[in-house]
Amino acid sequence: MSRLPRPVAIALLALVVLLAAYPLYGAWLFPAKHAFLMQKITGIMILAIMAMSLDLLVGIAGMVSLGHAAFFGLGGYMLAILSPEYEAANIWIVLPAALAIVAAVAAIIGALSIRTTGISFIMITLAFGQMGFYFFNDSRLAGGSDGAYIYVMPAVEIAGISLMNLENKLVFYYLVFGLFIGAYLLLKVLLASPFGRVVQAIGVNESRVKGLGFNPDHYKLVAFVIGATIAGLAGFLGAAQYGFVNPAMLSWHQSGTALVMVILGGMGTIFGPALGAFVLELARMGFEGMTEHWLLPMGLFVIAVVLLLPKGLAGLLLQLGAKPAPEPEDEA
Amino acid sequence: MDVWFFLIQALNGVQYGLLLFLVASGLTLIFGIMGIINLAHGSFYMLGAYTAYWLALKTGSLLAALVLSLPIAALVGFGIETLLVRALYKRDHLDQVLLTYGLILVFNEAQKLIWGSDVHAVAMPAVLNWSFPLTDNLSYPIYRLVISAVCAVVALGMWWVIAKTRFGMWVRAGASNREMVQALGINVKLLFGLVFAIGAALAGLAGAIAAPVSSVYPGMGDSVLILCFVVVVIGGVGSVKGAFLGAILIGLADTFGRVLVPDFASFSVYAVMAAVLLWKPKGLFA
Amino acid sequence: MSAPKSSPESSIVLETRELTKAFGGLVAVNSVSIVVREGEPHAVIGPNGAGKSTFVNLLTGHLPASGGQVLFRGRDITSLPAHRISRLGIGRSYQKTNIFPTFTVFENCRLAAQSRLSSSMRFFRPARALADVNARAERAMELAGLAARSGRVAGTMSYGEQRQLEIAMVLATGPDVLVLDEPLAGMGREESERMVTLLKGLAAQYTLVLVEHDMDAVFSLAHTLTVMVNGTLLESGPVDVVRASQAVQDAYLGDGAEAY
Ligand SMILES: Nc1ncnc2c1ncn2[C@@H]1O[C@H](COP(=O)(O)OP(=O)(O)OP(=O)(O)O)[C@@H](O)[C@H]1O
Ligand SMILES: [Mg+2]
Repeated sequence: MSRLPRPVAIALLALVVLLAAYPLYGAWLFPAKHAFLMQKITGIMILAIMAMSLDLLVGIAGMVSLGHAAFFGLGGYMLAILSPEYEAANIWIVLPAALAIVAAVAAIIGALSIRTTGISFIMITLAFGQMGFYFFNDSRLAGGSDGAYIYVMPAVEIAGISLMNLENKLVFYYLVFGLFIGAYLLLKVLLASPFGRVVQAIGVNESRVKGLGFNPDHYKLVAFVIGATIAGLAGFLGAAQYGFVNPAMLSWHQSGTALVMVILGGMGTIFGPALGAFVLELARMGFEGMTEHWLLPMGLFVIAVVLLLPKGLAGLLLQLGAKPAPEPEDEA
Repeated sequence: MDVWFFLIQALNGVQYGLLLFLVASGLTLIFGIMGIINLAHGSFYMLGAYTAYWLALKTGSLLAALVLSLPIAALVGFGIETLLVRALYKRDHLDQVLLTYGLILVFNEAQKLIWGSDVHAVAMPAVLNWSFPLTDNLSYPIYRLVISAVCAVVALGMWWVIAKTRFGMWVRAGASNREMVQALGINVKLLFGLVFAIGAALAGLAGAIAAPVSSVYPGMGDSVLILCFVVVVIGGVGSVKGAFLGAILIGLADTFGRVLVPDFASFSVYAVMAAVLLWKPKGLFA
Repeated sequence: MSAPKSSPESSIVLETRELTKAFGGLVAVNSVSIVVREGEPHAVIGPNGAGKSTFVNLLTGHLPASGGQVLFRGRDITSLPAHRISRLGIGRSYQKTNIFPTFTVFENCRLAAQSRLSSSMRFFRPARALADVNARAERAMELAGLAARSGRVAGTMSYGEQRQLEIAMVLATGPDVLVLDEPLAGMGREESERMVTLLKGLAAQYTLVLVEHDMDAVFSLAHTLTVMVNGTLLESGPVDVVRASQAVQDAYLGDGAEAY
């Protein structure tokens, strides 16, 4: 419903253009680090997809999950497990299969988890996430605690003709970029739909939604599964990018980091958590370059943001970009 | 496998559980009374362990180190409540989560700056460094018994304070109904500061007293934190009694899990938590 | 106001049989049996803590009953969840304003109207493109006198306007029966008068169950009256009969009747 204020929309669009054009000017701007930065930005976009998907749960539906990384990791592990060892997997098979499995697992975990609310929900999602972590950590499936390699990128072919070569970093960059933008647009479309309106209302006042005649549990479960599946996609991409999966992908640290991106960026805005992913990761890069003890300034940075920006980065942007007098917005 | 083996494991489990209780009790009270989900609580455990290690080196006496590390943890806790957490009481829970997450990073890195990244052993006091013989070839380290005894005494003391004193009455009132504390005209700021400080001190004590057994190492607070959240949620958030029983349960489950089903131990702790929450979404004693 | 469509022959819409709710030892609603007939405005009165809101919560599935039954058009709905009861056509408002404060007025009403779709599991078309839902929302806003407030963020409106929104949202769900819990609570004099006018209009179109402290409003609106005290039903029946009842006079209406 709420459109972004024009200045904010323009600023975000500018950032998107910067991202889209990065491969063109990056080599010229950072000649020494270009390849590294390409890889880094690809990784951040993947994390941003995950953060946006978590925002659907946390910021929109009010379900604070501390186990979201389980689906991220599961998506990655599915690529590793479903790929033949030394040849390219067929993406038209492995991707849908991976997402279907993530969705199925999310449906089970979600159905159990949404029976609780508040801190119990946080904890039960943590519990399921940790169970996922230990499942891959302690089992002999896919390398246990050592993780597993994916030696060959999946092939994207139709009738034997290769559509894109994912081994090519540039191609992979644009694939991830496209999916990043796609995930954002998908979430925006979902939020504007009848389904999305109900989910958003649940986040504001769940019991009223029930009083109006909706069964909140159905909508929460579907939102949970959609969020998890998008996170699974992000994990799939992450595994493809690094050619490697390990249990840490499912760990509560990973879930916590995603949650921090969401809160830091600004819950419930979708673009905020994506911004949070970029800011957090770029800050980390900056601090890492400055000192070996980069976690210290990082922690102070996080603390400063909470104290100074109650609604996260997105809140700050929206405040700066808001028109002085709130006009009644046009209907229909 | 015989009776003695089970007895030893049971003792270990109870000892671990009691230790977890010291940390978890503060966590549950801080949440119950102030509504703060304190991710940095494990850092107090680490702080206690490292100050004990350091003071034991300086003073040559673990006992002195233990005694001194308590007020240090309390003071740090009090300072953090007054300077940072207090600013966020009116905010969303998640802002507090983010703040305390930032604190974890700061604590972990400060630890590395001050004490480095190595694992350090902490010497047991010579008087306690012996084992109690059980059979011809099995014995039980006396220091572990001492840990259990100290934790049990502290737990009893806590029960007494909470059940019998005026301060305890405030705490009970606050944990069951946060608004009531304000209505009773209690000095809320002081109460919050004290509870935070006491929670920190208890966690610090747990870290300090466990240091000779667990040694001290970077990030040691994190795994304890997660287990303590499990304990708190199983017991019912805000319930000290629940935290106690939850802690013993998890202590035993973890210990027996490790020896009986080593591949499945950590998994089983979380499976237990999930099962409890599905059965009683608010925990056993909420 | 319109003459009572009156009594026994018009059909029973809502009925409770020995409906009971205990909170631990406190019996908030104690074996209450009432009958609400089609098109007959029914008021529930009683002092603070009498159990009126609890009774409403039982009628609408917001609380599980400890005993007894609720029947809607003869069907037992006692153990149905709130959303099912809402879908059967029993709409309710809340004593404590219960809206979506961060949504606009229109969006509050639109969502209420949207609840009547057979399913809201529709993912790709914008919700605002549902013309009949929009129309229903707009009609409800108009009825409740909020047409001019359509774009306001609900939480930023005055208390009285939020109470109006509360009613508008129920109307937007297109109910058969309206159960209103103290719609006048906390309203100023003028706001109250406007609300009473609105309620009179609604009484002509819906079967109304009204919990209210304001006796003027009750007597100008209701045809039948239930008096609750301490969780128990003191008297229930046509307004004149109940008002004349000695028990009611003694226990409750004494002061209220004077004021009236
Ligand atoms: N969820 C609850 N748990 C425990 N007791 C409750 C609960 N809800 C209501 N009560 C108690 O039940 C009794 C009836 O409350 P209720 O709100 O139904 O009264 P009421 O008639 O609506 O009063 P008022 O006119 O003040 O709105 C009161 O004593 C109240 O404290
Ligand atoms: Mg009431």
